[in-house]
Amino acid sequence: MFRKKNEEDKEIREAGNGRVRVRVVHLNEEEEEKPVLPPETQQPQTRRGRNTELAILTWIFSLLFVSLAGYMVWFNVSPRRTSLLNNAYNTKQDTSSDRIIRGPILTENGTVLASSQVDYTGNEVRTYPYANIFAHTVGYATNGKAGLEASCNSILMSSHSSLLNQLKNARDSQKVRGDSLIVTLRPDLQQAAYYALGGFNGAVVVMEPDSGKILAMVSRPDFDPNSIAWTWEDMVSDSSSSALLNRVCQGLYPPGSTFKILTALAYLRSTGGSYEDFLYDCTGILERDDVTITCYNSTVHGQETLRTAFANSCNTAFATIGLELDNTVFRRICEDFYFNKSLPVDLPQSQSVFALRKGSGEGDQMTTAIGQGETLVTPLHMAMITCAVANSGVLMKPYLVSRVESPEGNVVSETRPEIGSELMTIDEAETLSELMRATVTEGTGQALSWNSYTVAGKTGSAEYDANGVTGTHSWFTGFSNVDDPDIVVTVIAEDGGTGSATAVPIAQQIFDAYYSAQ
Amino acid sequence: MSGVLISVTRYLLIFLMVLYTLQCFTVLRVHNGARQKVIFLRQNISMFIFHFTAFGILFLEQMNLQIVVFYAVQAVFLLLSLILWCTFYPRASRLLINNMMMLITIGLVMLTRLSFDSAVKQFLILAGGMAAGLVIPVVVRRVIVLTRMTMAYTFVGIGLLGLVLVAARVTNGAKLSLDIGGYSFQPSEFVKIIFVFAVAGLLTRARDLRHVMIATALAAVHVMILVVSRDLGSALIFFITYLAMLFAATRNPYLVLAGLFAGSAASVAAYFLFSHVRVRVQIWQDPFADYSGTGYQISQSLFSIAAGGWLGTGLGKGSPGAIPFVQQDMMFSAITEELGGIFSICLILVCLNCFIMFINVAMRLTNRFYRLVALGLGTTYAVQVFLTIGGGIKLIPLTGVTLPLISYGGSSALCTIGMFAIVQGLYMLRIDEERIQMPTDDASAQKEYTYVQEEK
Repeated sequence: MFRKKNEEDKEIREAGNGRVRVRVVHLNEEEEEKPVLPPETQQPQTRRGRNTELAILTWIFSLLFVSLAGYMVWFNVSPRRTSLLNNAYNTKQDTSSDRIIRGPILTENGTVLASSQVDYTGNEVRTYPYANIFAHTVGYATNGKAGLEASCNSILMSSHSSLLNQLKNARDSQKVRGDSLIVTLRPDLQQAAYYALGGFNGAVVVMEPDSGKILAMVSRPDFDPNSIAWTWEDMVSDSSSSALLNRVCQGLYPPGSTFKILTALAYLRSTGGSYEDFLYDCTGILERDDVTITCYNSTVHGQETLRTAFANSCNTAFATIGLELDNTVFRRICEDFYFNKSLPVDLPQSQSVFALRKGSGEGDQMTTAIGQGETLVTPLHMAMITCAVANSGVLMKPYLVSRVESPEGNVVSETRPEIGSELMTIDEAETLSELMRATVTEGTGQALSWNSYTVAGKTGSAEYDANGVTGTHSWFTGFSNVDDPDIVVTVIAEDGGTGSATAVPIAQQIFDAYYSAQ
Repeated sequence: MSGVLISVTRYLLIFLMVLYTLQCFTVLRVHNGARQKVIFLRQNISMFIFHFTAFGILFLEQMNLQIVVFYAVQAVFLLLSLILWCTFYPRASRLLINNMMMLITIGLVMLTRLSFDSAVKQFLILAGGMAAGLVIPVVVRRVIVLTRMTMAYTFVGIGLLGLVLVAARVTNGAKLSLDIGGYSFQPSEFVKIIFVFAVAGLLTRARDLRHVMIATALAAVHVMILVVSRDLGSALIFFITYLAMLFAATRNPYLVLAGLFAGSAASVAAYFLFSHVRVRVQIWQDPFADYSGTGYQISQSLFSIAAGGWLGTGLGKGSPGAIPFVQQDMMFSAITEELGGIFSICLILVCLNCFIMFINVAMRLTNRFYRLVALGLGTTYAVQVFLTIGGGIKLIPLTGVTLPLISYGGSSALCTIGMFAIVQGLYMLRIDEERIQMPTDDASAQKEYTYVQEEK
């Protein structure tokens, strides 16, 4: 105790000396220069005053710690955790396979799309009753993973079985069954789409525009996930057909005339919504800047309104619109529609391309406006654009997983329809539906006009030139019924020729399947 | 049957940790000594049940009798350490003792699960460190000369760091450890403590800007040697600790802002000058860009944390061993994977509790030197915990420092026990001070005031 007292006295003396020294050094400038350090005498006298700085530091560092804890919470509640669990590099889930039998994938009415059985030797066998039909969408779980088997791997490999059942299984050293994945897919539509596409390579996607549910998703060429282990080598070595690629979300195609939906929208926005003044005299050919735009088969459409130009898919009329549009504004509209961006959907995907920019020349302006040039789009993207038109301008986020159920059938999690973004005003969406309706009633989609349901849509004949090989892909994208849309159907048949020749009849079969089931 | 037990005990471990953590904070609000004692005792009971349960699980899974023996030895060690601390130093901060023992327990459990041999090695060092640590509070309390050796601290610190730079073995691109007689040790861990003492001394004596400049220059030398040694984590710890101490000593926020500004400028410069700094930042932005190379460790760490979720896979049921250098750098991720997110959030809070106690000691002291020492040690601890956990969960770029008392590493363990023991010594000094200053602790300050006035 005494030691302590002496020491304090000494310190004070030192402090005093220090202060005297300071005064001597700075004698002349004392008025201007404030001491950097508060002398002992000026220190706040109360404990609280003395500790202000320490309190500030405590708060700063406590905040850092709380941010760590907060980040941990966010990590577990956000999609971050699931995306890491399903990361292609993550091999951890496979370690739970000695405890858990991979859960089944089912449709809403209980149809099995994939399930695992344990055979008498204890081996797990994964079977896919629909074989090739759901190949890309459901995917596979051997030789790597793809489709839902990959994106929902962590769900299928974890179990929300009741604690009691888990204990029972643990007691009998039995594996626990993984959670069931209930998907939005409809086998009847999927089958219709699969067989309608027939021998063509290409893709079909069917969606519900007011919810974003994906009802069918077909990509051809395809494969049988049941036997993928044996056919793997051949498929991987055969690079020409790329059967493993899911063309719906990974295939990039020139959109052809289906892109005129966006060109028309850009035109509407440039005029403030009206198109009555639009008049064009089509001579079947338009030349600018060494680029020649012709209408299909060099048809001369003559006097046209926007409505007839859209319905007839008149290239020269839309190329002319392209010349009038401001490139930057057009680009901004298309980027709002997710060109050059990833789509708001949890699927492996390729980014659609819109290449027009500020300094682009007239040739590019014309080809881009009719969906050629460097523009590329995935079928799913085209379906989403159509969904936005059908759903009064509001794009719902597409989804495949309806809900997750525990082995006992309790709901673990459920997907609620979610707004992706509001892409257009109701008026714009209505005008575009009118144009698309005209395509069916008086234009290139007339084959669809003799049904009990009403369809609005747009055909496309997308010319491509891949390393000298040229051809025409056949597109159709549209929805029914026009007044209260039920479904959106988007079809692309590779090398199918014009949209009306191939894609429209395919779409017809899918619409028929949908309405005959009701 | 053991499967059933393991499933149930998973929840028990989390429950005990949550209970312990809650008590850490509720006790701060209790001012009744007897009531506090009850809470402290409950914390110890939670800790021992946790220890027993965890080792029970490990034994059931591995069916290895060595584990039972190791458990018994550890239990005796934990009990003995608690008893010795409490009997030798009845006036020490019981909360800090409890936290220190709890962190050690968690570390030993996880290390035993990861690698029995490492755990044994670590245990021996911890035991030695604890024995040495028991002496430290006496030294701090009785030896006044500790406050007078500023220049010695500075030279020893810079000397040791310089030695590392010149003579150290290179591990993973960084120069960290010296090999002496078959043992490798990391001087930067010990220099942390010496550095805090040096800066405290320099700043206590600083009377004008010139003195502050000298202190800053000496601190900058420490930091720069560490940057050149590629020990970026330690460099950051030293830098922030210095700024915090500077702020507390000068009460001048502009100096600190200037320091932060200079630090940021230096970081940007380092980013462009040193490729290893750029690599760290790139990995942080996208660990999967170079998955099989530089991004591998952090990717595995993230997979571990994701696999753990809230409740963890259960002790021994995960695969934290997939993370390279998990015992040194990534204990937090391993703990999160097997014991769960709730557990690891509690762990963060216990570390925060330690920091608050460190600063609490600083606040109650009146001697400027000791105040700065307590603050400096607290800051060192806090920054280190933040860097290692934040790096492992990819909140900030990874710097590769240890999680004090939990990670594998002798130097780190010894140095952390040392820090806790020094703060305990200061905690008791503060009680000494309060006795002198009775009846109110502001009386002496008052006296000081008049004394200086007279001398002028």
